Amino acid sequence: MALDSKIPEGKLQEKWEEYKEHAKLVNPANKRKVEVIVVGTGLAGASAAATLAELGYKVKAFCFQDSPRRAHSIAAQGGINSAKNYKNDGDSVYRLFYDTIKGGDFRSREANVYRLAQVSTDIIDQCTAQGVPFAREYGGLLDNRSFGGAQVSRTFYARGQTGQQLLLGAYQALERQIGLGNVQMYSRHEMVDVVIIDGKARGIIARNLITGKLERYFGHAVVLASGGYGNVFYLSTNAMGSNVTAAWKAHKKGAYFANPCYTQIHPTCIPVSGDYQSKLTLMSESLRNDGRVWVPKTREDAKAIREGKKRAEDIKEEDRDYYLERKYPSFGNLCPRDIASRAAKEACDDGRGIVPSGFGVFLDFSDAIRRLGIDTVKARYGELFPMYQNITNEDPLKTPMKIYPAVHYTMGGLWVDYELMTSIQGLYCLGEANFSDHGANRLGASALMQGLADGYFVLPYTIGNYLSAEIFTKAIPTDHPAFEEAAKAADERMKKLLSINGKQSVEDIHRKLGKIMWEYCGMARNAEGLTKARKLIQELREEFWSDVKVTGQQNEFNTELDKAGRVADFLELGELMVIDALNRNESCGGHFREEYQEQGEAKRDDEHYLYVAAWEFKGVGADPELHKEELKYENIKLQVRSYK
Amino acid sequence: MKLNLKVWRQKNANTTGKLVDYTVDGLNPDMSFLEMVDVLNDQLVKKGEEPVGFDHDCREGICGMCSMYIDGRAHGPQHAATTCQLYLRSFKDGDTVHVEPWRSRAFPIVNDLVTDRSAFDRIIAAGGFVSVNTGQAQDANNLPVEKLNAEKAMDAAACIGCGACVAACPNGAAMLFVSAKISQLALLPQGQPERDLRALRMVEQMDAEGFGNCSNIGACEAECPKEIKLTNIARMNRDFLVASVGSETE
Repeated sequence: MALDSKIPEGKLQEKWEEYKEHAKLVNPANKRKVEVIVVGTGLAGASAAATLAELGYKVKAFCFQDSPRRAHSIAAQGGINSAKNYKNDGDSVYRLFYDTIKGGDFRSREANVYRLAQVSTDIIDQCTAQGVPFAREYGGLLDNRSFGGAQVSRTFYARGQTGQQLLLGAYQALERQIGLGNVQMYSRHEMVDVVIIDGKARGIIARNLITGKLERYFGHAVVLASGGYGNVFYLSTNAMGSNVTAAWKAHKKGAYFANPCYTQIHPTCIPVSGDYQSKLTLMSESLRNDGRVWVPKTREDAKAIREGKKRAEDIKEEDRDYYLERKYPSFGNLCPRDIASRAAKEACDDGRGIVPSGFGVFLDFSDAIRRLGIDTVKARYGELFPMYQNITNEDPLKTPMKIYPAVHYTMGGLWVDYELMTSIQGLYCLGEANFSDHGANRLGASALMQGLADGYFVLPYTIGNYLSAEIFTKAIPTDHPAFEEAAKAADERMKKLLSINGKQSVEDIHRKLGKIMWEYCGMARNAEGLTKARKLIQELREEFWSDVKVTGQQNEFNTELDKAGRVADFLELGELMVIDALNRNESCGGHFREEYQEQGEAKRDDEHYLYVAAWEFKGVGADPELHKEELKYENIKLQVRSYK
Repeated sequence: MKLNLKVWRQKNANTTGKLVDYTVDGLNPDMSFLEMVDVLNDQLVKKGEEPVGFDHDCREGICGMCSMYIDGRAHGPQHAATTCQLYLRSFKDGDTVHVEPWRSRAFPIVNDLVTDRSAFDRIIAAGGFVSVNTGQAQDANNLPVEKLNAEKAMDAAACIGCGACVAACPNGAAMLFVSAKISQLALLPQGQPERDLRALRMVEQMDAEGFGNCSNIGACEAECPKEIKLTNIARMNRDFLVASVGSETE
């Protein structure tokens, strides 16, 4: 199938208006007859489900957690970007668009990103109207801060809990529709397959996580908003339950998976401290506004710190290497995430890491404390310092924080066109789960913006364009052969998982997969390592299917079985990520190939790789087929992304 | 370090449960309490036994999913922390620790330490929102909010819906949870048009779910991981009273 991104003709600034003016509509009487399934209730899923229900569609929403309010969007700390220009500091839709394209290292679609910047202003209005308690100035108007390398203050925030407040806003809108009977909510349900009938998505198979039973649901269209796949690395800042299963099942049924290798490694997380560790905790990027990142200049000093013979305070000013300030004088400690992460890895690979494992650097607030006073610094990072102290038992007001990069966000995901439809008719994908508007690297405070843009303001328009032709389709009974077949396959797979009865726990194998991914497909990649990784993943997959031990029964509450299904999918996704990373013989954004660099900086190859790599599934272990969507830059000139 | 655990095991809502003894050794004081449960579960799985069921997700204290009594206290001994943010350095080597699910009529047990807290969702669905459809909003700065009120609204909005307030309350009351949402919206201009109706509907649903009433004990506030204040309950009671006697809405 040829990839048609369906980008409307016309001037960049007019494409979305033009599209909306001509998109087909479904009349209110018909909307009541049309059913839409939404999988996932994070920012994208909850906002989409609520909005579709407000419009009059019959919605069924699914989440694996005990309540839609738990989705991992809730953990986003810093803020949400919007081109409101309330600060009168020169921001505009165009500037937000430009920053997002540049931040993404010129690997996203102009038209999508422009639309994102356009609707960003509506998002703030909507959320404020819902009662989201954004930070305010004394005059009662909304406050902004600068964030993640932007030269304007366009980030709206609610203390360090912006994701929580935005999610609760969307959740409340969703609950309102549930109360009104317009949404049927299925909590503790996990989608285990999508049902395709005559080339169109017509429903899902979901496992009821309490009874363990497989249930079937019909929809005229299916919307996936199931989040990112960072947990393929085992350790990440994602929630424990975050998984790729819904998106991966859709991929195996024909939806193309785009740019899977684009992974965002967040520079400021608490370093790994032991084998038991279950997740990594992010420390907000806002800390880099006042914190200075450094390691000792010499390996000897670093070694002494690792061994506990010296402390940070013992290293004299002239013996410290503030490497971000040294390498990137114009952005310094505020350079984008991919660049800050890579620089930390470089310092640690050079033997100058400062935690026992060797993988950690200092984030030092002592200058800020001297300049601003301890009270100001404390007030500014109110929740973050106690959180750090609670986890590490060290007080960042007295001794520098120790940080290291960790997997945080995945820019890749299911390929979607301008209407957010995947390569399967009637199957849509929103938020982090799609291959998204962030190109090869996402800027801070842009994930919340994209999730809500997709759910509140894009999908509700674009889905009508498809559903207008579906109003005559009667609900398909769930004993249709396609439902039977999908349910049977899901049932057999679970039986198989329970029957292996090997020696390793699901956790053991997941941890092994994480190590392979981090080592060979993490912050720096090369052809040799990636080739090796593919083989290792294939072997590990065999190990899983012959030696995993899954306890309990199928038709009961069984978290081991839930986990086993998710890890089995990660074991297939991991291979695709490696294949994609191997195919992309360039460095861009979160994808850094060691062979392609110039004086230590990423070297993009626009001549050969100015495209979205959309992969078609051809069987487990088989080579997927690559489809290229060429990226056309008509408004922005391609340039080397420099923060020096 | 080593811990002796007494963990509540219960197959499902229809069976009876009991405390089962486990000893977990080789622990590290820097582990979180939930990572300790991970270690226990890994050992159980390898022995072919079913792991302890427990709710957890974000493991950074914000999703509100983790929920258990640790030695009789909601989320354990540490003040203002969820179970996932509790570290083993709060315990001594060789301690015996009791681990149980939330106990409340309105939170039926699903499995082991897992309970059904969907009553909270139904209370929100009854009125915990501002009725504004997507696209209806005016410009955000057309609604100035006094900074102090915005801060107080945010304090209330910080509730994570974990249910510790209910679990801590001898009456099994959900009034801290309900009042946090009522307060947040009552403190903001956006919440005014539905203020009376919201208080009536949410309280009605709260009662229908089988939660108890407040008798000013204050255990909810003491155990709340987000330090939601008791004054929210006072505000809720005032709004409910005003709505009941002075309103023409119903």
